[in-house]
Amino acid sequence: MNKIFEIPLYPYTRSPDQDAAAPVRRKVVVVGAGPVGLAAAIDLAQQGVEVVVLDDNDKVSFGSRAICFAKRPLEILDRLGCGEPMVQKGVQWNVGKVFFDDRQVYEFNLLPEDGHRRPAFINLQQYYFEEYLVNRVRELQAVGAPIELRGGNKVLSAEDKGDHVALSVDTPEGEYALEADWLIACDGAGSPIRQMMGLDFVGRVFEDNFLIADVIMEADFPTERWFWFDPPFNRGQSALLHKQPDGVWRIDLQLGWDIDKDEEKKPENVIPRLKAMLGDEVKFDLEWVSIYTFQCRRMEKFRHGRVIFAGDAAHQVSPFGARGANSGLQDTDNLCWKLKLVIEGQAPETLLDSYDAERIHGADENILNSSRSTDFITPKSEISRIFRDAVLDLSEQVAFARPLVNSGRLSVPCTYDGSPLNGPDCNAMPARTRPGSPAIDAPVQGGWLLSQLGGGFRLLTIDADAPEVLEEGGIAATRLALSAGDTPELADRYLGDALSAVYLIRPDQHVAARWERYDEAAVRAALNTATGRA
Amino acid sequence: MSTLNTAPNIARPDDFYAALLAAHEGLSKAESDALNARLVLILSNHVGDMEVLEEALALARPRG
Ligand SMILES: Cc1cc2nc3c(=O)[nH]c(=O)nc-3n(C[C@H](O)[C@H](O)[C@H](O)COP(=O)(O)OP(=O)(O)OC[C@H]3O[C@@H](n4cnc5c(N)ncnc54)[C@H](O)[C@@H]3O)c2cc1C
Repeated sequence: MNKIFEIPLYPYTRSPDQDAAAPVRRKVVVVGAGPVGLAAAIDLAQQGVEVVVLDDNDKVSFGSRAICFAKRPLEILDRLGCGEPMVQKGVQWNVGKVFFDDRQVYEFNLLPEDGHRRPAFINLQQYYFEEYLVNRVRELQAVGAPIELRGGNKVLSAEDKGDHVALSVDTPEGEYALEADWLIACDGAGSPIRQMMGLDFVGRVFEDNFLIADVIMEADFPTERWFWFDPPFNRGQSALLHKQPDGVWRIDLQLGWDIDKDEEKKPENVIPRLKAMLGDEVKFDLEWVSIYTFQCRRMEKFRHGRVIFAGDAAHQVSPFGARGANSGLQDTDNLCWKLKLVIEGQAPETLLDSYDAERIHGADENILNSSRSTDFITPKSEISRIFRDAVLDLSEQVAFARPLVNSGRLSVPCTYDGSPLNGPDCNAMPARTRPGSPAIDAPVQGGWLLSQLGGGFRLLTIDADAPEVLEEGGIAATRLALSAGDTPELADRYLGDALSAVYLIRPDQHVAARWERYDEAAVRAALNTATGRA
Repeated sequence: MSTLNTAPNIARPDDFYAALLAAHEGLSKAESDALNARLVLILSNHVGDMEVLEEALALARPRG
């Protein structure tokens, strides 16, 4: 049987752009059809912005790569029309076990909060995720949305000309020139665009390698996350076992620094390691093996004139905490509505600088979290190992030590505190929905809050009056009127001690500002602030 | 806002000191290091207050 990642999903076909007398100008060109590039393209096309995606490959990600998707990215994918297949196919889990040496030290249950449409996490192979995104592209094309996906199109050069970007693209039938008003570079960690432009990529390279293996087995390991510190089968290192759909298990084995990558990757070396871990009697097939040297770093700026970087091209984190793909989706969520407003002349170009401010804040938070996990998992000094082992020892006996165990802090969305787009706050209301935070889901009459918010600027009113539509400088905020009596979660998450509330919510579902009552002048001012027009 | 108590606070200082040494008796250097680390963690959790802990960390750093 062919695996989905072996089938060309968007094979090269000739585009009329290749035969044009002069380079054709496109509104937005996205380089890279990885998860981030595809998400960006879908987001723009859904909003009616013309977009062309170029990728030198024509298949989804080889091997599972990112496997753990958090709630916020799933909510973003709901808005992009592909959350449902993800959750249908994905494996849900809540229980984790932590092992130290030869014993289990404790077990935890994530106990996700009730009253959310989406689970805290699902596990799903990256190739399925990309397949669903490609399916969504096809769906949009079928209804005439302005989106094109060109496989076998390798970008050779990109040059910012001030009012557009000039590209040269290689194909199996030769090179052609293409122009873009805006270029979104989602060309991965090795980003050729970043290199062509001579841009920095600074940070910390961790001196460590991980063997990442996907194995297919018929074992009845439960659907849990198992993490080992210093186990007998991988002395002095760590290991992780995590379930994916189709009986595929992800195994991460830390290898240390001084290794021969090609040697370690050979099945005759991998299989004995896995046998030592899983037990001799367990039958398994190796689906994919890779060696991953991770790093934590980011570009100093994500926007460079008309070229905007997103996903791994802009920042990289260690795999602990599943932040790579998850944070890339938050990048495009943040970028696309802003780019649309700029393209349509409703907001100044400087609005795009808030993408820099907000997503660099997000990247720094991710890098901080994953660096801390790495320091716990692979202690860098004798004393840090002594403390690490002390924490693990104590965690077996006493509860207080368990929160100190850091085997990866799972990705949570970033709150854009201090963002230039934030408007007034209201102190009586809960901190978790303050300006800058992503709106928190809640059950409401007839469904879920986030589905009802959708995209676009919204005025969420809870027991407060407001007009159905407020228009300011060509941008409309439409009202979603709810009542505290609808569900206890809504009141708990949005009212706090206030009796009523008016929230201005951005198209990426982040809170822009909030008040107890509607005040037209204040809402207009906040709408201008949130669109960089203040 | 609480602050670190740097005034004498242990009723019978000699007894405490003896108990501290006794806890380490017969341990190898590695075992003693591990005990100290566990003790720091246990006491830090008991204190809990991050401001007090930061003051304590600063006080414990070598003077220089
Ligand atoms: C071996 C490996 C293991 C990983 N494991 C994990 C994990 O366990 N957990 C986790 O969270 N993350 C993991 N990641 C990271 C995760 O896969 C990434 O965060 C995610 O794929 C980022 O998506 P992206 O779209 O930014 O980049 P990518 O998925 O890398 O996509 C970049 C795309 O750009 C295309 N491209 C590049 N150059 C050009 C060019 N010149 N012209 C046209 N197209 C071009 C490439 O073909 C590719 O399709 C792993 C990555 C790798 C490589």
